[in-house]
Amino acid sequence: MDLDLKKSTALEIAKAIQERKLSSPEVTRAYLDAAKADFEKAPGDTTKINAYASLGEEAAMAQAQAAQKRIDAGEAPSPLAGVPVALKDIICTTEGTTTASSKILTGFRAPYDAGVVDRMRAAGLVFLGKTNMDEFAMGSSTETSHLGITRNPWDTARVPGGSSGGSAAAVAAGLAPFALGSDTGGSIRQPCALTNLTGVKPTYGSVSRYGLMAYGSSLDQIGPMAKDAADAAALLAVISGKDERDSTSVMEKPFDFSDINMKEIKIGIPRNYFGMPGLADDVKACVLGAAETFRALGAKAIDIDLPLIDYAVPTYLIIACAEASSNLSRYDGVKYGYRSPDAADIHDVYYKTRSEGFGTEVKRRIILGSFVLSSGYFDAYYKKALQVRGLIRAAFDKALEGCDMILSPATPTVAFEIGGKIQDPIAMYLADIYTTSVNLTGLPGLAAPCGFGEGGLPVGMQLIGRAWEDGRLLSAVKAYQGATDFHKRWPA
Amino acid sequence: MKIDDRLIEYLADLSRLELSGEEKEARKKDLEDILAYMEKLGELDTQGLPEMTHPFEAQNRFREDEVANRDRREELLGGAPDRSGPYFRVPRAVEE
Repeated sequence: MDLDLKKSTALEIAKAIQERKLSSPEVTRAYLDAAKADFEKAPGDTTKINAYASLGEEAAMAQAQAAQKRIDAGEAPSPLAGVPVALKDIICTTEGTTTASSKILTGFRAPYDAGVVDRMRAAGLVFLGKTNMDEFAMGSSTETSHLGITRNPWDTARVPGGSSGGSAAAVAAGLAPFALGSDTGGSIRQPCALTNLTGVKPTYGSVSRYGLMAYGSSLDQIGPMAKDAADAAALLAVISGKDERDSTSVMEKPFDFSDINMKEIKIGIPRNYFGMPGLADDVKACVLGAAETFRALGAKAIDIDLPLIDYAVPTYLIIACAEASSNLSRYDGVKYGYRSPDAADIHDVYYKTRSEGFGTEVKRRIILGSFVLSSGYFDAYYKKALQVRGLIRAAFDKALEGCDMILSPATPTVAFEIGGKIQDPIAMYLADIYTTSVNLTGLPGLAAPCGFGEGGLPVGMQLIGRAWEDGRLLSAVKAYQGATDFHKRWPA
Repeated sequence: MKIDDRLIEYLADLSRLELSGEEKEARKKDLEDILAYMEKLGELDTQGLPEMTHPFEAQNRFREDEVANRDRREELLGGAPDRSGPYFRVPRAVEE
């Protein structure tokens, strides 16, 4: 097989490795070389994608050689053995650094592997490096990274989305076959939509958060970002499962990824989602086009009521920032990472370290979190948001009694220009209008390619399902991708 | 809601952040804008409704309390900005 870094899927690579048409070190070397060529471009170079925060060249080659040895001995540990993968810079590995793309974690080397890393190691996957992201996953454009912006391979004047923008850009640009991201309010789905990838925010509790640096603990979930549904399913199968080290890990049985008969599937279309003032015509047309394709595949597409979308972003912001202000209190300049060189006393160690170590968006969210949790405002904001969260969950549960899955846009527009929203926090938060509800409810949601809009830029649809039915969502997209070829187009 | 100097200073203190004069003004404005946007939640009557703190019905799950972790002192101290032997070191916190 001729390896095409951009076009070859992870499963195609896996098959070629199993059939001895390619070796794991050969594939790993090719991706590392491509990633390194971009990594070594000057920071100001507008052709630099800047997908990676750090590359783990030596460790990756050693892992590839070890995987190849086992394959050659007829002891391949999994169907994905020897295939390289990129990890978001928020997932701890004992090799290399994990910095959440923040100055405050400069040079941090994790003392343990994340739960998902244990699982991927056992499956024989090879880690290329860590991908750039919005600092501590706070952002929707990868512009808040301490390590510089990441560019969208489809148009380098535009953002790749965020916060998992580095993972998205790496896969779209052919610098990794697939990648892991994390999603607190849309951070896997929104960048996948903006870069023509398939990505899943799995059911809360299905993928271990052990070793995932915490942002909003009741919302965070790690998930796959891939070129198609089959690759995403293969990676999700590896990383999902119960982990005793995460008390919110509650998966009882593996996801069912078997093919589904689309004639038995009822897809709900929340009409009000398509009437939102911020929704661009090109996105709307592509997603409604996807509904027609599902119909042509035999599914029933019906109109449904799904109220409360206008309340999702404010509810999400209150809860995510409250949890963040607590979670990020651990960065104190004592235990790890950066300490201000000007810290003369213990007060300075905390205040100066945090003031110098965190970027603007992180400070904004910590302050907002401190506000909604502070005495006098707690009931009006935090308690209120928790109550509205319950209402949103009830609305989704009710909608999913009348249909198997919900189809909506993943984002209101195609990729926006670099610098376009960074000065306007609320405009940036609204980039996640279609995705935040899914985290609030804990339900699974995915984004997948469904067409091209303004300027030939990719458009993504979102499918939301019942808890633990992640496999069915991916099977529906697999059927869709059997009938369409949007996912088979790559940036020039 | 108007955010005055006293409130932003109190919030910065709760957050263990030092804000420059310019940053203070910027964060005041952000917070006012974001809170105005959040006013939207006031439209919903939530009186007496339960608070959803977690995506799923949470139940306590018990297990035997077995020691599974090992001594990782060196690994954990290895990332500290400053240490003294087996301790994290910080500037003097208590006056003599």
